[in-house]
Amino acid sequence: MITLEINGLSVTVEKGATVLEAATFLGFPIPTLCHMEGLSPYGACRLCVVEIGEGERAKLVSSCTYPAEEGAKVRTASARVVRARRMVLELLLASCPQSKVIQDLASTHDVRQQRFRQEHEDCILCGLCVRMCEEQMVAKAIGFRGRGETRSIGTPFDVKSDVCRFCGGCSYVCPACQLRCTFTEPDAAVCGGCANIAPPCVEKEPFDDMMCYMKPCVACEISED
Amino acid sequence: MRSRLSAGVNKDKIRIVVSAGTCGQASGANDLIRAVKREVLAKGLSDEVGLRVTGCHGFCEMEPSLLVEPLRAFYPRVDPKSIPGIIEASMAGEVIEDLLYSDPGSETKLPTIDEMGFFAGQTRSLLAQNEQVDPIRIYDYIVAGGYSALCDVLDRDDPAWVVDQVKTSGLRGRGGAGFPAGRKWEFLAAQHTYEDKFLVCNADEGDPGAYMDRSLLEGSPHSILEGMIIGAFATGASQGILYVRAEYPLAIKHLLIAMRQARQLGLLGDDILGTDFCFDIELVRGAGAFVCGEETALIKSIEGKMGEPRQRPPYPVQRGIKGQPTAINNVETWANIPLMFRMGADNFAETGTKGNSGTKVFSLVGKIRNTGLVEVPMGATIRQMLFDIGGGPVDAGTIKAVQTGGPSGGCIPSDLFDLPIDYDSLAEVGSIMGSGGMIVMDESTCMVDVAKYFMSFLKDESCGKCFTCRKGTQRMYELLEDISNGEGGLAQIGLLEELALAVRDTTMCQLGGTASNPVLSTLKYFKDEYLEHIKDGRCRAGVCTGLITYSIDETNCNGCTACVKACPEGVITGEKKQLHFIEAEGCIKCGACKATCKFDAIRIT
Repeated sequence: MITLEINGLSVTVEKGATVLEAATFLGFPIPTLCHMEGLSPYGACRLCVVEIGEGERAKLVSSCTYPAEEGAKVRTASARVVRARRMVLELLLASCPQSKVIQDLASTHDVRQQRFRQEHEDCILCGLCVRMCEEQMVAKAIGFRGRGETRSIGTPFDVKSDVCRFCGGCSYVCPACQLRCTFTEPDAAVCGGCANIAPPCVEKEPFDDMMCYMKPCVACEISED
Repeated sequence: MRSRLSAGVNKDKIRIVVSAGTCGQASGANDLIRAVKREVLAKGLSDEVGLRVTGCHGFCEMEPSLLVEPLRAFYPRVDPKSIPGIIEASMAGEVIEDLLYSDPGSETKLPTIDEMGFFAGQTRSLLAQNEQVDPIRIYDYIVAGGYSALCDVLDRDDPAWVVDQVKTSGLRGRGGAGFPAGRKWEFLAAQHTYEDKFLVCNADEGDPGAYMDRSLLEGSPHSILEGMIIGAFATGASQGILYVRAEYPLAIKHLLIAMRQARQLGLLGDDILGTDFCFDIELVRGAGAFVCGEETALIKSIEGKMGEPRQRPPYPVQRGIKGQPTAINNVETWANIPLMFRMGADNFAETGTKGNSGTKVFSLVGKIRNTGLVEVPMGATIRQMLFDIGGGPVDAGTIKAVQTGGPSGGCIPSDLFDLPIDYDSLAEVGSIMGSGGMIVMDESTCMVDVAKYFMSFLKDESCGKCFTCRKGTQRMYELLEDISNGEGGLAQIGLLEELALAVRDTTMCQLGGTASNPVLSTLKYFKDEYLEHIKDGRCRAGVCTGLITYSIDETNCNGCTACVKACPEGVITGEKKQLHFIEAEGCIKCGACKATCKFDAIRIT
C-alpha cells in the first residue's frame, strides 16, 4: 500500500494505482478526455494534469498515467494547473469546436473564447478508439500513423480492414464525433447561445454579442465580418 | 600484445593522415586517398610513406585536409594535384609553405597543427583518438592504448569498484540532461531479480546542425564498444544495443566492422578475454525520427513499436526493453568511459569544473569563421569558444547570439557570452546543453525567423501523442508566421508566451518540455525584434519576406542586366546600361537578384 497526500489530505491506495484513481477516491474532480475505465491509460489529452512535488522541482504530470508514489504531494487545482488546463481547453476548442464533450469541459472551466485561428478538425487523436478496438474488441483494426502534423488514425493503407467487425466501438467512445453542437434543438443545446436567439442564422449582430467561440458559426457559417 | 604491436610501428615513418569522415568524403577526401596511393605505389615509396585514413578531425571548414606525421604539418583544402609535392617535401623533412594554414586575419603560415588557433584552444581527448586511429583497424586502436582500460577492469574483477570510479569521476550523461552516469549504473547494478539487463548506446542524433556523435561513431567505434563492455561488466548487463539512425551509413559500417574485429579477438561475446564474463552487442537501425532520441521512445522503437514516449516512472532502469532493466547512455558518454579509466577517475574529475567534469564536444556552426567540431573542458566560456577557437564572426559582422542544444535549446545573447558552458549555467539562462550543437548568429539573422524555423522542425518531429505538444507547436508556428508576415498584434506576443509556458508544463516527455525554449528565450532576450516586426512592420535582418521590399540602388546599378536574367518571376525591367527597376507587385523576394549582383546595387528595406 502507498500513502500519498492530495490537496493536503492523506490517502492510501494500492501499489500500481494512478494519481487520478487516488484523487477520484477522495472525490477531487479532475477533468479527463482520453481516459476511460477499462482502457489502458494513455496520457494524450493532457487535461488531467496535476502538480506534483514542491518548490523548484514541482512539475505538472498527467494524473491518468502517473503512478501514485509514497509520500508524493499532489495538488489537483493549483493556479499553475488551472492555467495549463485552460490553455489545453482553448487549444481543443480551436481545433474541434463542434464536440459536445469539449464544449462541456470548456464551459465548466469557464473557457468562453479561443484566440487561435479556428479549425474544424474532427479528430483530436486522443486514441480512445484505437485502445477500444485493441483492448476491448480485440480487433486491432485501426492504429496511429505518422508523426507530428501528419499523425492520423486509420486502418492500414486506408483500405477496409479484414479484422474490423463494424462493432461501432470506436464511434461510441469518440469524444469528438459522437455528438456535435446541437444548435437547432434548444432543449438539447449545450451552450445554447445561438439556439436561444431565434432564429440563430438570420442576424449577424446577436452572434457577435454571444462571444461564441465557434467562429464562423458551424451552423450557419456567419463569420466575424 | 600491445607491446608487440607497438614494436612494429615505426614512429619515424612518414604518415599521411587523411580525415575521411562523412564530411571529409563529401568534400573530396576519397580523391586525396586515391592520389596518395597512386603516388606512393608509382614511386615505390611504400616503405617510407604510410597512409592512414581516419575519421573526422573536426576542422570541417578546411576539408579535405591532410596531416603529415611526424612533422604534424596541416594542409587545408588540399587539391589532389599537389599531393606529389607534399609527399616529396615531407620525405625531405620539409613543408610546403604556400599550402600551409594561416589563422584568419594573419599572414603567418603555421608549420604545425598545434599552433593553429582552432586546435590550440581545445582540449582534445576524444577527438584526438579520431586523429590517431584508423577506425576499421582494431590494431591501431590497441596501439593507441585501446582496450587497456577493459583489461585493467577485468584484472581487478570488482564491478562495484568500477561503478564507484565512474561516480568519482563525476561523468554526467552527454545526451543533454546531464544525469550522472555513475548513478544510473548503480541503479542498474542494483536490479538483481531480472534475467536480462540491457545497455543501450543512444546514437539517434537528430539535431539540425549537430554531428559530434556521428564523428565519434565513424572515427573511433572501438572506444564506444570498450565503454559499453566496461559498463556491462560493472552492471551485470548481458546484452548491449547500439541504436544508430539509418542516415549514418558510414558509422554503421565502421561499427559493424569494429564489432566483428572485437569478437575475433575475444573482446566481445562469450568468456571475454578468458574470464567468465559474457556480453554481446547488437546494432539496431533507427528510422530517423527525432523523438526516438528520447529514451522511452527509443525503447519502443527497439522493440519494433511506434516511437512514442511513455510515462516515466517507471524509468527505463527499472523497466525498459521487454520489461527488463535498461540503462541508456549517449555515444559521447560511452566514449568517455575508457578514457576516464585510462587517465584515472580523479584526474578526470579535475578536468572541467566541479560538478561538470570532463570535456565536451560541440559542433560549432553558423556565422562563424572556423566551423567544425570543438572539444573543450566543461566550464569554458562561450566567448572562448567563439573568438579563440571559432575565430570570430565571418566578414565584418558581429555575433549577436548563439543557439545551443539543438531545436529544444535556447538562444543566448551576446551580453551573456562570459557564461561558462556547463549543464547548470545553460539551464539557468533558459537554454540547454543538449547534445552539443552550437549555432552562431549575427545581425543578418532574424530571431523571429530562428524561432519559426525551430518550431517548424518541432511541429514535424513531435511524435504527436500529447495534444499540447502536437497542437501547441503548430499553433506557436502559426503565431510566429503571423508575426513574421507583419500580421501580428501585441496580443499575439502575450498569447505566444502563454502558450509556450503551457506547452512546457503539460507535455509528457522532454521533447515537448523543451519545445518552447526557442520561443521563450528569443522572447526573453530579443523582444525588441518581435516588437519591431509588429509595431514598425520591419525586419531589421531583412529575412522575413512579408516585411521587406527589394529595390535597386540608383548609384550602384550600372545596367549589366545580370539581375534581369536571374529573376525567376521576370519582374525586373531595364535595358542594358540603363537603370533597372524591380516591380514590387510580382516580386517573390527570393533574393536571386541580390545573390547575382556584383555591384551591391540591390537594397533590402
